[in-house]
Amino acid sequence: MSAVLDHHGSHDHDHDHHDHGPLHGWRRWVFATNHKDIGTMYLLFAFTMLMIGGILALCIRAELFQPGLQFFNPELFNSFTTMHGLIMVFGAIMPAFVGFANWMIPLQIGASDMAFARMNNFSFWLMIPAAIMLAGSFFMPGGAPAAGWTLYAPLTLQMGPSMDAGIFAMHILGASSIMGSINIIVTILNMRAPGMTLMKMPLFAWTWLITAYLLIAVMPVLAGAITMTLTDRHFGTSFFTPAGGGDPVMYQHIFWFFGHPEVYIMILPAFGIVSAIVPAFARKRLFGYTSMVYATASIAILSFIVWAHHMYATGMPVTGQLFFMYATMLIAVPTGVKIFNWIATMWRGSMTFETPMLWAVGFIFVFTIGGFTGLICAMAPIDMQLQDTYYVVAHFHYVLVAGSLYALFAGVYYWGPKWTGVMYSETRGKIHFWGSLIAFNVTFFPMHFLGLAGMPRRYADYPMQFADFNAIASVGAFAFGFMQVYFFVFVVIPMMRGQGEKAPQKPWEGAEGLEWEVPSPAPFHTFENPPKLDATATRVIG
Amino acid sequence: MMMKTTKTLWHRARQGLAALGMVVGAQAAMAVNDLAGGPAKNQLDLHPPVTRIASDVQDLHYIMLIICAGIFIAVFGVMFYSIIKHRKSVGHKSANFHESVAVEIAWTIVPFAIVVVMGLMATKTVVAMKDTTNADITIKTTGYQWKWGYDYLKGEGEGIGFLSTLDVAHRQMSDAGKPAGDNYLLKVDNPLVVPVNKKIRIITTANDVIHSWMVPAFAVKQDAIPGFVRDTWFRAEKTGDFYGQCVELCGKEHAYMPIHVKVLSAEDYSKWVDGKKKEMAAKADDPKKVWALDALAARGEKVYNANCAVCHKPDGKGGGPIKPIDGAPVVNDADKTKQIMVLLNGQNNGAMPSWKALSDTEIAAVVTFTKNHWSNKTGQIVQPADVVALRK
Repeated sequence: MSAVLDHHGSHDHDHDHHDHGPLHGWRRWVFATNHKDIGTMYLLFAFTMLMIGGILALCIRAELFQPGLQFFNPELFNSFTTMHGLIMVFGAIMPAFVGFANWMIPLQIGASDMAFARMNNFSFWLMIPAAIMLAGSFFMPGGAPAAGWTLYAPLTLQMGPSMDAGIFAMHILGASSIMGSINIIVTILNMRAPGMTLMKMPLFAWTWLITAYLLIAVMPVLAGAITMTLTDRHFGTSFFTPAGGGDPVMYQHIFWFFGHPEVYIMILPAFGIVSAIVPAFARKRLFGYTSMVYATASIAILSFIVWAHHMYATGMPVTGQLFFMYATMLIAVPTGVKIFNWIATMWRGSMTFETPMLWAVGFIFVFTIGGFTGLICAMAPIDMQLQDTYYVVAHFHYVLVAGSLYALFAGVYYWGPKWTGVMYSETRGKIHFWGSLIAFNVTFFPMHFLGLAGMPRRYADYPMQFADFNAIASVGAFAFGFMQVYFFVFVVIPMMRGQGEKAPQKPWEGAEGLEWEVPSPAPFHTFENPPKLDATATRVIG
Repeated sequence: MMMKTTKTLWHRARQGLAALGMVVGAQAAMAVNDLAGGPAKNQLDLHPPVTRIASDVQDLHYIMLIICAGIFIAVFGVMFYSIIKHRKSVGHKSANFHESVAVEIAWTIVPFAIVVVMGLMATKTVVAMKDTTNADITIKTTGYQWKWGYDYLKGEGEGIGFLSTLDVAHRQMSDAGKPAGDNYLLKVDNPLVVPVNKKIRIITTANDVIHSWMVPAFAVKQDAIPGFVRDTWFRAEKTGDFYGQCVELCGKEHAYMPIHVKVLSAEDYSKWVDGKKKEMAAKADDPKKVWALDALAARGEKVYNANCAVCHKPDGKGGGPIKPIDGAPVVNDADKTKQIMVLLNGQNNGAMPSWKALSDTEIAAVVTFTKNHWSNKTGQIVQPADVVALRK
């Protein structure tokens, strides 16, 4: 897939200049320094991890289809929930957005490549050993880590050697993320084409700029927390061991100081993708560009002062509880501004509903349900009933699957023609969308009821009163999984093979931005000389 | 030809539907009723409140639902109106506006005002939930892997203490994949007993990892954290049985440490306290007593079933990472102290926890039992005094 192989550079006047076409065979990928190739690898890696994490999710849903233990013992079940979370967060969603950043940011800001091409290669290839170590921990003595994706101490101190492998893998993934973020920040701040001022930059670049700062700020915090876990496990320290004067709740504070910005790391780039797609298919400029930028920045800043809303049940003092409740509810304001801006963009537009637009509208609709349940969970007294129940599971899947994953699909359909040079099949795209939308809601909507009724999460078996909703959720989960296999086989593979209608340079009538100023598929090298831009910085004029 | 293919397809589809029907039928065959004080079948809402706080929480939740539903309908009403009317296929031409400071300010201020109101509504309940002063009865709740311990510290019943464990039959039904009963996974040997209309302060702590003590009908949820104490409270306004479960992942048996609170009238509670105190006095073992092998092993079998059988299984064979006891070298070892030390201190980094919370007699009994049961035929007897000697 990716760039066409017939690179053209008129280098006849400069014979010392090396040929910058792609290398051939495996060298092209292992030694890749081209942002498009690396972006492609990130996306394929993320999809592979999505499938592994998905299989774990289906194991969970199979076990929960009926009460009683049918397939797995509870320890293995706990490993499934833990690894499903870790793999989806660190292996699927985050790398997928980095893949988008690699592919699209240089194209959108008129840069020739990412700032640090070799570091870019390194940050991708670091993820492979980490992923192998993470997924391979199932085969280590004692099985994979089973302490939940949050890795709460002191339960982590009871885990087998796979916990150490998991910690090491997270360190490597964190290093990879930090390098990727530095690359993105430097690229955006230094390599914009002349005339592409910050406030003319596409929102996807803006949201990623802010996300990259979040990543640099919080990945070291996670590294600190898991390093302390590691030294508690092996070197006799007692950061989190009460017997030696440590505090298990301190782990949670450190973890969620990372963890809450982390959830915005996974959603802000999604906002950027949706902000590109909605105007394109409404054939109308994005409403309130400036307020979108400010709203994104406010969400990012607020994300640092709300972490303890994950910890209401630990027993905070009343002032702490009130502070975190108020701060959390404030996040609804900038998030609401974003939703209103998207709807104002649609208002009195001239809309069509190709697959990217369907996913984007689906995102706005279903993500908002997750936003509302988030507001309900933010209310400390209500959260006393909902904390650690299936309500929370429903909530964060509404924002992470219907949020991040839907936006990723929207982006694949929107920019896929630019990547591959062929159009996807509109019918198949629509089948994928509607199938996923229905299956998603069948899976996760009943979980709200289970949570309200008090079914705890991470349970391998449950009282029989919960049986019917669990059965429905399991059926939905298998349907959802099936739709993603359909997507890969019938949408992704044909596009990668170049099967389908040839994509024009700008397949979407209302799309704006520099990525539509280069041919489809995007050539191996683009904007080798800084382009001259028009006043809006959306067109190349020479 | 075409007809025939269609017919076959239709037939196949019907077979598929029938198979699906059977699965759904199997689901329905597991007949279950609502459990009073526990979950109702296909319950859609929070539990019927039994405390003032729980009913405040329920009201808050309803208000939030109404506000959110209102905003949802308004916002998506506009969006779907736009989707229907402002589409290219009906010939709508796009307008050109893309900015309005006034509108932006309006839709920042209005949501801000709404969340301020929401925050204020919740504040009173937060403060009330946190007010654990002036309790009538104080009970310490200790989370163990995987059971709850209750110690009555203050108020009527002071001095009472016991462990509360899932009925082992339920654990076996779970393993067998054959669940049954309205209180499946919620039945314990010793429920927590409290009087009605009294302020009960629950102090939580834990022995090993973090657990969390939850009773939805009381709107109570409090993490039990090893090495630390936290507290919460409730005042049940109805008598009856109320159920909850551990809600903080605490290891492999996380799903098997339920909570059962029995709320009694004041008189019944006093009677229960009297009875429990007499029972405890009668049970209090003299660690100096010298037991006969049979009597001690019989006592040990009870201890085994209440504490050990969950992991090591009733047949002593263990399973997976859990070591067998039947035929284990340490159990059959001539040196009796080895096994006692394992029970007192735990083993394998806490995978086998320390059982020093058991009494000397209980430890002596269960060691004697395992040394003389299944294929273990050592003939050894461990007296409570042996355990006392090894405790430091």
